[in-house]
Amino acid sequence: MKPALIGAFVVAMAILPMVIPQFLSFQLTYAGAYTIAIVGLVILIGKTGQISLGHGAFMAVGGYTVAILAHSGVGYILSIPAAAITAGVLGVGLGAIALRLEGIYLALATFALAASIPPLIKRFSSITGGAMGITLPSHSELELYYVTWIVAGLLLLLAYLVLRGRVGLSLRALRDSEAAAVSFGVNPVFYKTLAFGWSAAYAGVAGALLADATAYVSPDVYGIPLSLTLLVGAVVGGLDMIWGAILGGAVIEFLPLWSQKINPAFSSVVYGVALVAIITFMPEGIAGAIARRLRSPAPRTS
Amino acid sequence: MSIRKTWFLTAIITAVVLATTLCLPTSAQNVPGVTSTEILLGGTHPYSGPASAYAPIGKGILAYFAYVDDHGGVYGRKIVYKDEDDAYNPPQTLQLVRQLVEQDHIFAMFDPLGTPPNTVLRPYLNDNKIPQLFVATGATTWGADAAKYPWTIGWQPDYRDESAIFAKYLMAHQPNAKIGVLYQNDDYGQDYLGGLTAALGSKASQIVKSVSYEVTDPDVTSQIASLKSSGADTVFIFATPKFSVQALVTISKLSWKPLIFLNSVSNSQTIMRATTSAGGPAATNGVISAIYLKDPSDPAMASDPGIKLYKAILAKYSPGADPADGNYLYGMAVAFTMVDSLKKAGKDLTRDDVMQAAIHLHETDNPFLLPGIIVADSPTDRFPIREEELIRYDAGLWHPFGGLITARR
Repeated sequence: MKPALIGAFVVAMAILPMVIPQFLSFQLTYAGAYTIAIVGLVILIGKTGQISLGHGAFMAVGGYTVAILAHSGVGYILSIPAAAITAGVLGVGLGAIALRLEGIYLALATFALAASIPPLIKRFSSITGGAMGITLPSHSELELYYVTWIVAGLLLLLAYLVLRGRVGLSLRALRDSEAAAVSFGVNPVFYKTLAFGWSAAYAGVAGALLADATAYVSPDVYGIPLSLTLLVGAVVGGLDMIWGAILGGAVIEFLPLWSQKINPAFSSVVYGVALVAIITFMPEGIAGAIARRLRSPAPRTS
Repeated sequence: MSIRKTWFLTAIITAVVLATTLCLPTSAQNVPGVTSTEILLGGTHPYSGPASAYAPIGKGILAYFAYVDDHGGVYGRKIVYKDEDDAYNPPQTLQLVRQLVEQDHIFAMFDPLGTPPNTVLRPYLNDNKIPQLFVATGATTWGADAAKYPWTIGWQPDYRDESAIFAKYLMAHQPNAKIGVLYQNDDYGQDYLGGLTAALGSKASQIVKSVSYEVTDPDVTSQIASLKSSGADTVFIFATPKFSVQALVTISKLSWKPLIFLNSVSNSQTIMRATTSAGGPAATNGVISAIYLKDPSDPAMASDPGIKLYKAILAKYSPGADPADGNYLYGMAVAFTMVDSLKKAGKDLTRDDVMQAAIHLHETDNPFLLPGIIVADSPTDRFPIREEELIRYDAGLWHPFGGLITARR
């Protein structure tokens, strides 16, 4: 069943942009970028048990990396790994701090990171263009779509493979009981820092792809609301399974647009109510609910 | 089994997708957004998020279009304004506008608000030759970069022009002023400061001190103290309302009495009254600012036909709105110019026609602007409003003086 689903999904995603209106594939490109950032959050929160309210800041680092590189003549594709590296390095730095903080204190520290990134970007306006932001060269619709979703697919696969192995086991052990994990020889300093850096690198790639799709970066995009939206996407998609990130990405991309259509005056109310409904009826996220359904299928007739 | 399932699922997804595609409306006319009965315009305003104080601009526009539609529309066509909430967030602006263009097939974008949102829209709309009309931001780039982006045009006086108007007055009356500047550290504050420096020319060295603040700063007390200690006798405040109030009150509390120029962004009656109640009459008396819109809270304007029309339209089409909020008036005034351009573009409307009309404006009858202000531009001067009048605050009211000053060169 599972390979069939994955196959169907890949085929559908490959065909989609040829049959749907352009603006819809453009919105799907955004959903793809969000998916990558959410995979990063699932690794960190779901698999390692560390919280981050500041992943928008890593997206900012990724976005500004490609914007600045684009103006130094570095190509679109090449700048994506560069964004992963800059955001990843910052993530490792923050991971070192995270070692000393837990729970609510870590949440607050990452929240402060999210709050400080827009004014910080404005302060260094000679590099970042200040509040005016930086305009990037634009790319064709299909190029953006396929690059984003191929990168998303590869990063999902990478996360799946790594989490299935020794690293994933160590992370989950640390999440469930640090003392027990240490007694089995898991190095908490190494693995917690790794998780933060890895997760931040994913957010950096997401920021890069989002910046390329928008062809513009500006500081206020990356404030607290973006970080919280990513967290919403991770929880709604499901913190237990990385493929839930695809659903989470779709929800944070399409739910606000949809709720505006329902009632423009109360769009945030509709958005909020819809979120509460999802969390209430699917406490393990959409992916969790689907997985449970698949595990206990309806009685077969054949 | 597994492969058959794959194909089955793929087939279902493809069928659903195809069905949705076929159901989408295709534009039957050769001009998108124009039918015999309707003109469809798109807009974006921050109805939510940090900049939602500007939301009344969108509501003012909607009210004015409703009024025009009830009075026959434009050549019998009603104006339908699809105004979206972009929360002042550029990626969201771009997605919403792409949907407006590609799904709703709007005729043109009108009055999208904010410098970052308009910056992200400009390449897309220009590539697709869709007019981006009368954007609600005072940055200089909308008029200055027309060669690269011919489908974009601003409307309000740009920030640099306002600085130039202040500088003109100062140099005529106090040529030896020692100038201190407080400005917000973003494109808006920097445009004001740049305009002032440029207008002062060789006298720019008379700026003895300029200090900035971030929108996230709690207050500007230390900035004002450092301006005072610099020995300045004239202060320019290029700040948004909250910080302008703080600056004026702090100046008064330090018993400092410089000549003060306050940017028009922060000169509404609501703000001046708040300042007076916090810092006493001394905090506001003698402050100089500039206006181009009529002041709906000025009692002397109560019998003005434009203000009466404004209040009547607002009461009927946007019940519950506070007419003292000048943002509604801004919306109506810019909507008036939009209707004017549509009329000038003619009965057989095309995007090119409306763009030509928008860059050949000569509007002398906008009832919401100060008497005498002409909304005018040309292919080589794409700054529609370049006139303002100086006003001085005294005893709880703004008093215009000196007549209109133009920044046209």
